[in-house]
Amino acid sequence: MSATAELRVYRGDQSGGELKPYTVETYPGMVVLDAIHDIQAKQEPTLAVRWNCKAGRCGSCSAEINGKPRLMCMTRMSHLEEGQPVTVVPMRSFPIVKDLVTDVSFNFEMAKKIPPFKPRPRDADGTWRMQQKDIDRIQEFRKCIECFLCQDVCHVVRDHQKTNFAGPRFLIHLATLDMHPLDTLDRRALVKDEFKIGYCNITKCCTEVCPESIHITDNGIIPLKERVADDFFDPVRWALDKVAGGPKKEKARLPLVSSGEPGSAPAGPKPTRE
Amino acid sequence: MSSVSETKFETHEHDVLVIGAGGAGLRAAIEASAHGLSVGLVCKSLLGKAHTVMAEGGVAAALGYVEPKDNWKVHFRDTMKGGRYLNQWRMAQLHAMEAPDRVKELEEWGALFDRTADGRILQRNFGGHKYPRLAHVGDRTGLEMIRTLQQHGIHCGMKVYMECTVSRLLTDGHRIRGAFGYWRDSGRFVVFRAKAVVLATGGIGRCFRINSNSWECTGDGQALAYLAGAELMDMEFMQFHPTGMVWPPSVRGTLITEGVRGEGGTLRNKDAKRIMFGYIPDLYANETASTEEEADQWLRESTSGSASKARRTPDLLPRDIVARAIHTEVKSGRGSPHGGVFLDIHSRRSAEDIKRKLPAMYHQFKELGDVDITKESMEVGPTAHYTMGGIRVDPETQESRIKGLFAAGECAAGMHGANRLGGNSLSDLLVFGRIAGLHAAKAAKASEVMSLDAGEIEHAEREVLAPFERAEGPNPFLLHEDLKDKMQALVGIIRTEDDLKQGLAELDRLGAASARVKVDGNRHFNASWHQAIDMRNMLIVSEAMARAALTRKESRGGHAREDFPEMDKGHFSKVNVTLRKAAAGMQVEEVPLGDPPAEIRQILEES
Repeated sequence: MSATAELRVYRGDQSGGELKPYTVETYPGMVVLDAIHDIQAKQEPTLAVRWNCKAGRCGSCSAEINGKPRLMCMTRMSHLEEGQPVTVVPMRSFPIVKDLVTDVSFNFEMAKKIPPFKPRPRDADGTWRMQQKDIDRIQEFRKCIECFLCQDVCHVVRDHQKTNFAGPRFLIHLATLDMHPLDTLDRRALVKDEFKIGYCNITKCCTEVCPESIHITDNGIIPLKERVADDFFDPVRWALDKVAGGPKKEKARLPLVSSGEPGSAPAGPKPTRE
Repeated sequence: MSSVSETKFETHEHDVLVIGAGGAGLRAAIEASAHGLSVGLVCKSLLGKAHTVMAEGGVAAALGYVEPKDNWKVHFRDTMKGGRYLNQWRMAQLHAMEAPDRVKELEEWGALFDRTADGRILQRNFGGHKYPRLAHVGDRTGLEMIRTLQQHGIHCGMKVYMECTVSRLLTDGHRIRGAFGYWRDSGRFVVFRAKAVVLATGGIGRCFRINSNSWECTGDGQALAYLAGAELMDMEFMQFHPTGMVWPPSVRGTLITEGVRGEGGTLRNKDAKRIMFGYIPDLYANETASTEEEADQWLRESTSGSASKARRTPDLLPRDIVARAIHTEVKSGRGSPHGGVFLDIHSRRSAEDIKRKLPAMYHQFKELGDVDITKESMEVGPTAHYTMGGIRVDPETQESRIKGLFAAGECAAGMHGANRLGGNSLSDLLVFGRIAGLHAAKAAKASEVMSLDAGEIEHAEREVLAPFERAEGPNPFLLHEDLKDKMQALVGIIRTEDDLKQGLAELDRLGAASARVKVDGNRHFNASWHQAIDMRNMLIVSEAMARAALTRKESRGGHAREDFPEMDKGHFSKVNVTLRKAAAGMQVEEVPLGDPPAEIRQILEES
């Protein structure tokens, strides 16, 4: 008789739901996503779950496992507490679609609001020279797999849905653009006024759950906060800018979003249950 | 661009509809949008999750930043040789010529490739490429590419239909007019009316037990095109990537980048002997190192930017050769404990180098395999990875024989011939994604909107609803498991006539079972229903692969026959196998390859 594991998996939709118990046979290396697939194939063919690469690269299979936001494909069954049922529920910050699948469209709407990369002209030989050490930092940010676990765990995203706070994922994207050696747009006014970086009070929950181990707060949000503070609240900088004729980068404006007014706020995520 | 229409379903109208949002689909949609057209982009998953994200090692382009001697002609020659000269030469030529511009364009859109000491794009060695040619970002190049295309694309005006599956193309038999599909979450039907359609749906890896592919890779584009009357070509050529994980079972088949060998990794058997020196074919003998010393000298020199007089390491021979070498070692009892061989990087590079150049590999083995690759060898074995075959297209325009229906990326055939070189898929999807988008835009501009045929749409609706209406029938998940086992065993890495015939009989049985499949529940995000619909596509491409494999009585590239182990210098070196839907079933044809013009032949003959 092979070993088994107990799971409690959320089954439900917008009208409500409950945790249901399942037993699966385990095998070496098994991850939570394997267990979910096993349930789907043999017990509950209608169980809804998102996944793609099953190697921690695509960021599709985000869920809360034993209360912690994680990727199901990177969570080994053998690393969870033995003898205890494994509880799997969908991300709580986003409206549920069905079972483990949530409506993450908030993130895709937010992405559209960020003015895109705009590079300076190429060098004379047609290349763009950049030193590796100058891009190491933002290459770290670009490891982001858009699993949205940082958005899920962020209490500002959870609590301040109507404030249009961008959330850690998009502050990291804004930091990437701000630190990109080739970019020519100044998005700092937007970072402050539209994407509300001031709402982040650096509890670092996002960094803790990041499956790519990106130092979201220390390397991204805090430096971005400092740059915004320097631009808008530093009297010396203000005086220098006056003398020098202002900052060199072109001021960014919100892109036209097809869904409505320029830069209109995407509908915030609306949790449907506690 | 939504409009109320004569259909009873939600209907959208676009000039160009792109199906599939991996690299090829995104690049096609960006191109068509740049022509000021209304573009719809449909994808089965969320945007940015397509299988391109899993590409690791790099994108091949003869930029010449690391080795100034490199140019498109060398890249073209390497590609044709890797494909054992069965490639459509014109596609391989366009690819080699345009890849550098496509890579530079990604920088313009924000991509950040690793840098050379003088600040340009760094390029690494890869199997079958004469010079260091692969622009890369550590071992997550695909993620960088798809995110760049996605972040650029969403500001180009296209409309993205996420988590939407197309189950049928709509045509009048000769000309495309749209597509029928369903929203995965609600299960509601949706009709697209389009003047041109680009298929960019990727591969078919899910037909095999051991594969590196995501659930999406079910041959949708190939099957949709086939059902609509287009031809498939080169379907016998399946690339088994030499290095998939073999242990533990949970991750069997998960990809390990060729970049490990590009960074110096070596393949060894259980006796710690480097295996590849015993498997150098005549075709590559002149350019491959014959001793470990020479191989190591080449690696040292070529990666430091200095010209090397030594020849390339056999660990970086093309994938088909390496995969079969591993297969042979294992069959001969010289494999690793779990049925693979050892891939060693820890004795070759410092722990710091490994973590910097191969961070995803380090992470993947540590988390999923309990192996620290800076201290221990990996166990690796072949995994179904990429299909060279696909929809037959015009080399200049990527148009299929259905007017207005285009294909690009992995679901199109011709570019890679019998075997694809690593790194050529990411460049393929950029080059041909753009070309398909361009010509789809031209076709759309030159044509009127076609009216839809209500009968055709009703047929498509009945087809996808049928699994709900049966009182009983097989479980689609278990049928899929069955298919994967049969394809792995009978149409796998080494084939025989008997196996292939048995495989076709099994496919026949599975086809009959699939036609009786039953699903429970309703249409709301119903995974078993989605699986039932994807099964039709997997069965079509599986049958095409088995029939083409039976036809080609030789071994070449990603098609190996135990009963015909040699590469044929005669008939089969001059034909591609095509497949088309006919009244009596799948019709196989051998079509002449056609000789390239003199100036191309001259490039091929240079060394």
